Amino acid sequence: MSKILEGLYYSDDHEWVKVLEDDLVLVGVTDFAQAELGDVVFVDLPEEGDEIVKGEEFGAVESVKAASDLVAPISGEVIEVNEELASEPERVNQEPYEAWFLKVKLNDPKELEKLLDHKAYKEEISE
Amino acid sequence: MFKYFPHTKADIEKMLKSLNISSIDELFNELPESVIYNSDYDIPSFMSEAELRSYFDQLNNQNKELTLFSGLGAYDHYQPAIIDAITSRQEFMTSYTPYQPEISQGTLQYIFEYQSMIQTLTGMDVSNASMYDGSTSTAEACFMAASISRKRSKLLISTTLNPNTIKVIETYLKFKGLEWDYVDSKNGVTDLKDMKSKLDKDIAGVVVQNPNFFGHIENYDGFSETLKENKSLFIMNADISTLGVLKTPFEQGADIACGECQSLGMPVAYGGPFLGYLATNKSYVRKMPGRICGYTHDLEGKRAFVLTLQAREQHIRRSKANSNICSNQSLMALFVTIYLSTMGKHGLKKVNELSYQGSHYLYDRLLKTGKFKDPFNQPFLKEFVLETTISHDLIQEALLENNIFGGYSLQSFGDEYENLVNFAVTEKRTKAEIDRLVEILEGLS
Amino acid sequence: MIQYDKLIFELSREERVGYSLPKSRFNDYSFNDLNEQFLRNEEPYLPEVSELDVLRHFTNISNKNFGIENGFYPLGSCTMKYNPKINEEIASLRGFRRIHPLQPASTVQGALKVYYELQRILSEVSGLHEFTLNSYAGAHGELVGLMIIKKYHQSRQDFKRNKIIIPDSAHGTNPASVVVCGMKVIEISSNKRGRVDLQSLKEAVEGRDDIAGMMLTNPNTLGIFEDDICEITKVIHEAGGLMYYDGANLNALLGKVRPGDMGFDVMHINLHKTFSTPHGGGGPGSGPVGVTKELEPFLPNPRIKKLEDHYYIEENGDAIGRISSYYGNYLVSLRAYVYLLTLGKENIKLVGPYATLNANYIKNALKTAYQLPIDGNCMHEVVFNGLINKDTDIKTLDIAKRLLDYGMHAPTIYFPLLFPQAIMIEPTETESLQTIDAFINIMHKIAIEAKEDPDKLKDAPTKTPIRRTDEVFAAKEMIFSYKDYLTYTEEREQ
Repeated sequence: MSKILEGLYYSDDHEWVKVLEDDLVLVGVTDFAQAELGDVVFVDLPEEGDEIVKGEEFGAVESVKAASDLVAPISGEVIEVNEELASEPERVNQEPYEAWFLKVKLNDPKELEKLLDHKAYKEEISE
Repeated sequence: MFKYFPHTKADIEKMLKSLNISSIDELFNELPESVIYNSDYDIPSFMSEAELRSYFDQLNNQNKELTLFSGLGAYDHYQPAIIDAITSRQEFMTSYTPYQPEISQGTLQYIFEYQSMIQTLTGMDVSNASMYDGSTSTAEACFMAASISRKRSKLLISTTLNPNTIKVIETYLKFKGLEWDYVDSKNGVTDLKDMKSKLDKDIAGVVVQNPNFFGHIENYDGFSETLKENKSLFIMNADISTLGVLKTPFEQGADIACGECQSLGMPVAYGGPFLGYLATNKSYVRKMPGRICGYTHDLEGKRAFVLTLQAREQHIRRSKANSNICSNQSLMALFVTIYLSTMGKHGLKKVNELSYQGSHYLYDRLLKTGKFKDPFNQPFLKEFVLETTISHDLIQEALLENNIFGGYSLQSFGDEYENLVNFAVTEKRTKAEIDRLVEILEGLS
Repeated sequence: MIQYDKLIFELSREERVGYSLPKSRFNDYSFNDLNEQFLRNEEPYLPEVSELDVLRHFTNISNKNFGIENGFYPLGSCTMKYNPKINEEIASLRGFRRIHPLQPASTVQGALKVYYELQRILSEVSGLHEFTLNSYAGAHGELVGLMIIKKYHQSRQDFKRNKIIIPDSAHGTNPASVVVCGMKVIEISSNKRGRVDLQSLKEAVEGRDDIAGMMLTNPNTLGIFEDDICEITKVIHEAGGLMYYDGANLNALLGKVRPGDMGFDVMHINLHKTFSTPHGGGGPGSGPVGVTKELEPFLPNPRIKKLEDHYYIEENGDAIGRISSYYGNYLVSLRAYVYLLTLGKENIKLVGPYATLNANYIKNALKTAYQLPIDGNCMHEVVFNGLINKDTDIKTLDIAKRLLDYGMHAPTIYFPLLFPQAIMIEPTETESLQTIDAFINIMHKIAIEAKEDPDKLKDAPTKTPIRRTDEVFAAKEMIFSYKDYLTYTEEREQ
């Protein structure tokens, strides 16, 4: 059974968004996504200052036999990239909700309302 | 019956019976009748082994084995006898790509050793498992640069590259939708000033060749700094054999090293199979095309090798892969690995020393005839070009009469080279052969 | 022997040599005369070993490999047929090995004849007009073929055609080649019969004026014939596109069907599959590209032509350009030519039928234990979707690994992507009923083991030189050279 945390926003592409303050959020992938991928060996992320656009690819997660594109759940400017994942990509498997990928400053906080809450996401992955 | 088909009548009948059909044709019943080809192909009848031997002996005799004084990408270096002995082992020759590491450690290990040798010769961090040839590996290096730079779409190509390599790069770039421009040469080497004048924020990378098309050893002082400042990659096509003594691409600040490996143990073989190498910095490894072999262990802790970082490749990434390549020139990488194992660093140095000596002796002797002159006066290693007033056709004819191939006219590569002829001297050329070459050329006017 | 566990670098002893080079002849000269700035600062790290060291090393590691002469090699989509020895003998003749690619045509007439005549045979066998042998491999052939398609449209001043249709069952190289050629992929789904869904195809091209063409493997990657091929071709041609034939599975058709007759305009052939040249552990292969008469001017340079009894080299201004340094993997072409003359018109027509008979026999014998997702006749290969019995947690990977313990190579696994537990078996025409029966018996034995002794499969292989490998370690640690390896072991010791 995949772990889903209350209080986070979720996308259909199995990413989570955690609001830190007002328009500042963290983005990562869900427990369900990491389990589907298998052992993560590499996370390809944008650079600080890059813009990500909702619905568009911004990077990729690689396991030994697969690579999945990361699709931006929201739009905004990348404020910080989690550098730890470069040397410890396995953290995505071990603690998916701690191993955030990007800190993003939202262009439009209202975009969050279009994401799923934990209940809706639970339904989504049980289908 | 035929020797490659073990199907006896009894076996066929047994198989048909198990399938509940009466003829093999029934297996093709679902095929539309309009596409079935019912007649014999209009191709020759089969030959027995004896007939094949005599037919190919004839063809073999229609090819003239010449004493080679030509290079331009294919060099007549010494091939240790053990290369053929080892590469013809069926375990290496007939196996597939090493997808099942448990029964492919032979292939995987020599690929790892090959990568190690390319690594140390180029000085770069990491080599892939090899590419088709030097020209396509250079074209792939250009794609890599464009991909690393993300949004840049233009390459600068030095005009001192072998024109065939330039043509291949152009074909690749043209169809991919990338642009290019040329860096002029000055005195037979890439002109730094011209390169600087053409650099802008759209240049993903600059490609040079060393030693270049003319055989000249180029001086890249200032190149790498300039390119770093412009955030463009420095792509160096280098003759791998010469890297036994010449400054490495890494030492010259290259970001990607690539080129031809034919000179490491492969016959000239009318142009192939050869092998292209590609090496780069570790930070770019995920943008690198082709296979990569990595070290690991099995579940008992035994040393093992596997193909790795496959998530970059076409069979997983499909349309998002950086390259469509799905093989390497694996067996040719074995040629390279055996060659370099046999030669070691001393042998490779000696090959370069002997080639240097022979080519400089020939160079001096040709200049002394008064019929040749060097319009450039640049340093070279085993290959050089000269201007001559003797007709190029006459040179070729006279040499062919003496079973020599040399003094190749560069005019066939373009009118801009119209007066130039090429000579290459490897460690295989004897003093007697060189003296004979000079004697023949001296007699022409 | 299996215990041999050394890298060539670990055999190195200072001063030992394995080479034999001539004495210095011109001692007035030395590369040390070059300005120091041109010379490398640090010596390369290459092994110093004796000739016998080298031979033993590579002989020992070769014993950890499995070749076609070791045993059955039913690797689907790879056509692992016997690689004849006579091919090798001829390819080692001095007159072919020792000619420089720039030698004048008059001195290489034999070599040019091989190129030209092989090209003629490939044309006849495939029903296309003319071939180039310059492309180095199947994927390279795909790229060249797509360049030709693009160039054809451009030559008619039609610059908007940049979409290539590809079925979802296609090899990964197809979509990758399309993108490298600067075009875009439209993927269409397969129907329940495992074939191109004609309706989806029609909808995909409906009202579009940007279809450049379609790439198709036939028989497809499920080993079944696209029996709607004539309609598919018609739909694409009416949409203004060209048909590309991926020759990966051409072996099934030899003697029965010619791609040109099915309406294909461009194709590549894998000489290392269909025409018996060795795979070499991943290359060198060869991927000649054939085209219709209309597309002939676009074939890459250089070209080999014939005038009366004389063969010559030509460059054509309409060509897509140059795609190789010289004439492709020439010695590979030579081997294929030897093979074709060995077969001749009498035997070549049996290749497809025998390969197909072998595959159907296997399909029939295994379908009681392995799930057959698409029923009906297959061609030269058959795809199962794991065991019928889904109660165990035995996966296709375990079955493949167990086969290794029984001394056979594994089939292709997890391809095509349409079935999660795909096992793809291709026996080829060079295998006998007795070998195939032995394989079938082992496959049934494995199916029983899966139920009764699943650990045997989970632990497999145990009889191979190494056991299952840690691929996550390889991808994370990124040890790609002896230098990396030394750094890694040093760090670990500290």
